[in-house]
Amino acid sequence: MTDVTDVTDVLAPPAPGTGLDELPDLHRSPDAAGHGPQDGHAGHGHDEHGPTGILKWLTSTDHKVIGMSYMITSIVMFYFAGIMALFIRLQLSSPHSSLLTFGQYNELFTMHGSLMLYLFAGPFAFGGLANYVVPLQIGAPDMAFPRLNALSYWLYLTGSITMMMGFGVAGGAASFGWVAYAPLSSATSSPGIGGDVWIMALVLTGFSAIFTGVNLVATIFYLRAPGMTMFRMPIFTWNMLVTGILILIAFPVLTSGLIMLFCDRHFGTHIFTVGGCHLVTGAVTQTCGSPLLWQNLFWFFGHPEVYILALPFFGIVTEVLPVFSRKPVFGYKGMVFATMAIAALSTGVWAHHMFTTGAVLLPFFSFLSLLIAVPTGIKFFNWIGTMWHGQLIFTTPMLFSIGFLLAFLMGGVTGIMLASPPIDFATHDTYFVVAHFHQVLVGTAVFAGFAGFYYWYPKMFGRLLNDTLGKWHFWLLFVGFWVTFMPQYVVGLKGMPRRVASYPSNLGWQSYNVVSTIGAFIIAFSFGIMLWNLWAAWRKPVPAGDNPWDAHTLEWFTTSPPPHHNYTHLPPIRSERPTWDYNHPDSVAVPHGLAAEAAHRARQKEPVA
Amino acid sequence: MVGTALLLAGCKVPNFGEYPGATTQGKTENHLWQLFFIAGLVVGGFVLLLILWAVFRYRRKSEEMPKQTQYHTLMEITYTVVPILIVVGLFVFTVLAENNVDATPPDPGATITVHAFQWGWEFEYPGGPGSGCANPGSPTANQNDCVKVIGQTTQNPTMVIPTGTEVQINLNSLDVLHGFYVPQFNFSRYASPGYTTSFDFNALHTGDFRGQCTQLCGLYHSLMFFNVKAVTQSKFATWLHAQQALVKSHPSSVPKLPSGVSTGSSTNSSSNNQGGDLYGD
Amino acid sequence: MRVEAIILLFLGVFFGIVGIVYWFWSYEDAGTAMLVGTSALGFLPGSYYMFWHRRMGHRVEDRTDASIAEGAGDINSFPGSSIWPFVLGMGAFLTLLSLVFGIWLILPGISLILSAAIGVTAESRRGGHV
Ligand code: HEM
Ligand SMILES: [Cu+2]
Ligand SMILES: [Cu+2]
Repeated sequence: MTDVTDVTDVLAPPAPGTGLDELPDLHRSPDAAGHGPQDGHAGHGHDEHGPTGILKWLTSTDHKVIGMSYMITSIVMFYFAGIMALFIRLQLSSPHSSLLTFGQYNELFTMHGSLMLYLFAGPFAFGGLANYVVPLQIGAPDMAFPRLNALSYWLYLTGSITMMMGFGVAGGAASFGWVAYAPLSSATSSPGIGGDVWIMALVLTGFSAIFTGVNLVATIFYLRAPGMTMFRMPIFTWNMLVTGILILIAFPVLTSGLIMLFCDRHFGTHIFTVGGCHLVTGAVTQTCGSPLLWQNLFWFFGHPEVYILALPFFGIVTEVLPVFSRKPVFGYKGMVFATMAIAALSTGVWAHHMFTTGAVLLPFFSFLSLLIAVPTGIKFFNWIGTMWHGQLIFTTPMLFSIGFLLAFLMGGVTGIMLASPPIDFATHDTYFVVAHFHQVLVGTAVFAGFAGFYYWYPKMFGRLLNDTLGKWHFWLLFVGFWVTFMPQYVVGLKGMPRRVASYPSNLGWQSYNVVSTIGAFIIAFSFGIMLWNLWAAWRKPVPAGDNPWDAHTLEWFTTSPPPHHNYTHLPPIRSERPTWDYNHPDSVAVPHGLAAEAAHRARQKEPVA
Repeated sequence: MVGTALLLAGCKVPNFGEYPGATTQGKTENHLWQLFFIAGLVVGGFVLLLILWAVFRYRRKSEEMPKQTQYHTLMEITYTVVPILIVVGLFVFTVLAENNVDATPPDPGATITVHAFQWGWEFEYPGGPGSGCANPGSPTANQNDCVKVIGQTTQNPTMVIPTGTEVQINLNSLDVLHGFYVPQFNFSRYASPGYTTSFDFNALHTGDFRGQCTQLCGLYHSLMFFNVKAVTQSKFATWLHAQQALVKSHPSSVPKLPSGVSTGSSTNSSSNNQGGDLYGD
Repeated sequence: MRVEAIILLFLGVFFGIVGIVYWFWSYEDAGTAMLVGTSALGFLPGSYYMFWHRRMGHRVEDRTDASIAEGAGDINSFPGSSIWPFVLGMGAFLTLLSLVFGIWLILPGISLILSAAIGVTAESRRGGHV
């Protein structure tokens, strides 16, 4: 690997695509001057006079420190939620287990779901990885609003603490499921402050997410390095931009819904509960307040949320696959448009979670839901196209990404089934759905999420993780994953509802559940190995170097870990692979079109080693 | 109708783990399921093979730099257009099946009003001629004249229905959301407070079917079972007449909702007994 | 700014259309309101960015041929560190908890929020460190 110490434009390789996508030199208006993080910061890029120790952590506004705090907190939440899942699975390994009471069981799956979705998957992606990686990928010195970024983290942390406080309060934690359906979540049906604590936790983390969304969008719009046009941004950054916009669409709806729910619980309103005012029309007394309204609001947030949890992870996979195939991402523009299409469609499908209410417009929601399969399919084929004719290197992140492809394929196919209302009628709220959403969510948040973790770990810590242990982690997770969730499809089709703490013993459901529980423990074991790996890397550091994977994007150009304001020098940015272009001046991407390809072939006459 | 014919051609196809459907509606759903399953198998299998091929065929064999291909316009158009066609096809079959499953034709052979509550079910049938309950669930029905079956948690109520005719169910809840689910009918529907939803069953044969609540409804959600007993139409008529006579002669025999459950769906109330495991074992 | 603006305007158009179709098909008010709101969320910033694009043309980060050196100069002042986000976060935390555990918590909560507001303003005036 080229070790770059000093880069100037003079050293730069011939710009790929010269003469193809060059714009005429537009005159630069004075307003635009002064954009560009580079030299302006080289002189005072180090925060040497800043505080140290715990105070450093409390006061840091560096996106890298904040990103890392996010990541550590969210992984801790993941382990907590995982332990809860083990208890749930143990309870279900026999039909009438007395391990947990019904009440405890309801608390556990509610908290498991809430932790996994609100406190792990999302924050890990857009608070952790994106916070760390996006400014680096676009050559920015920090996020656009560093103090707001820090505030996001503190709201997230206090929100997480608030959520966990549920277990300590009288009456126990919230037990109305992660969707808090009204009127079960009302004060009459769920008294006790567990529910209130849950609401406040989500208000805090909701604001945290909104601030992060603002920050991501502003950073990507305003802080790109010169030459880093929108259509040269790495796909991960693109996906985080779209995720940021989705956050801004979805989270305000959740937060306002939660505030209304809190009013229902404490201030006597009846927004989501039937009751309160009585409209007398003729002889009929109608009542106000609508449980359906909660479902509409919740899922208007909830379905985009599902994609807020998916797009970042699609982005990770789109970074990892090309690097370890040693090729550019196939169909870059198609990838970008597919991301936008998924995001746009995902905001119009919320009521596919409400098919069985008998009160929604079935064809509208089912058509838009089915349509999401198209851009998702485009992504799949692009991922496969990226690997096609490549030289695949099966490092740990690559294995996790392939695991994602297989897991998400299965979850996606069953998702298409569920988008068809009659099939949803037959399977809604059964273990079929539990299996479906776990295959999707574990595929994204766990397989792709930890692909990103293994991929960027060397950049963050300047150390390598042990690849053998990483592979053990992957293979155990992979086996455990299928063992856990495949039997759930079967038992779901046999009619086992979700969220049950016990089930009849004469229906032959137990064997499937036992297998599923065994699988869950295999998954747990695999994450034990990850801890071991982290510990080993901490005890015996193996230096990573700046660019251990021979990767493509800008973040691999700077040191590992990067300096305070990220870059002292930048290579010229002439494609979405500036680092690769710099290191492999003769292996530029084959651009669009046949003529361009012929020109490329002529240039390729002399192959490089 | 073309769709139905095509679907019927799938009769000999396996059920892929699902129930064949004990009602006409459930059967239609099952055919749709078969179609989606096969489509999923074909498309998913194809993509799976591509992935596996890429993974095994293109693992690194040399240091040679692979060609840096980035676009292939024709290919990209193909894999945009073909999925759109597949999806539109699936949507058409979905709508056909949905219209069948969701239809509630007038003049059903029987009408049953179902109230779900924490944690049990109430099934209401009309009272006999002359009683104040011809149409249970309507505001004018005299509840004391209706034929009712009520059961909660450990004693599962049984809903008796006739076969070979449309049975209309009018469903709502007296407190929180519940889910009315009969696995062998391949059907479920939320029971919600605030509005009543209607759907039809047309049982294909006699038999006993288990039903269960699917929507989380609090502490004893796991125990909200019921049974559906499908009998011939004459048996059903005999049973209903006997019940109606019983209501007339012994009004006190009409079962009552447990205390704490409100009878109207206008308010939320519930007993919040924080008990433990009902099984006690 | 052009691509950025177009993305947002596209959002506005798309949700406008979906919202209209949804309304005339279902007459369901909650969903329609949210779709229209989303449409506005696209149009408002989208037209703002389009306005700025018209005024300032292509910035260095919008030009495919821009060299790194062209971007030289200070972009922004980035605070190296600040205690106030933490203080504000704790203030928000206590304030929200006061609604659950007792209204007295609002006193420390609001005071933390206020001191953070004052602190961060003063810090910005000074220019922060780094
Ligand atoms: C890694 C291993 C995992 C195991 C073994 C596991 C297991 C379970 C189990 C047993 C349930 C309860 C099902 C029920 O009673 O209905 C559940 C529910 C749930 N899980 Fe997981 N889970 C895992 C990972 C995840 C991940 C990664 C996510 C999300 C990112 C997730 C999200 C959820 C959600 C949303 C629910 C539903 C909670 C509710 O019903 O309110 N799980 N999981
Ligand atoms: Cu959804
Ligand atoms: Cu229930």
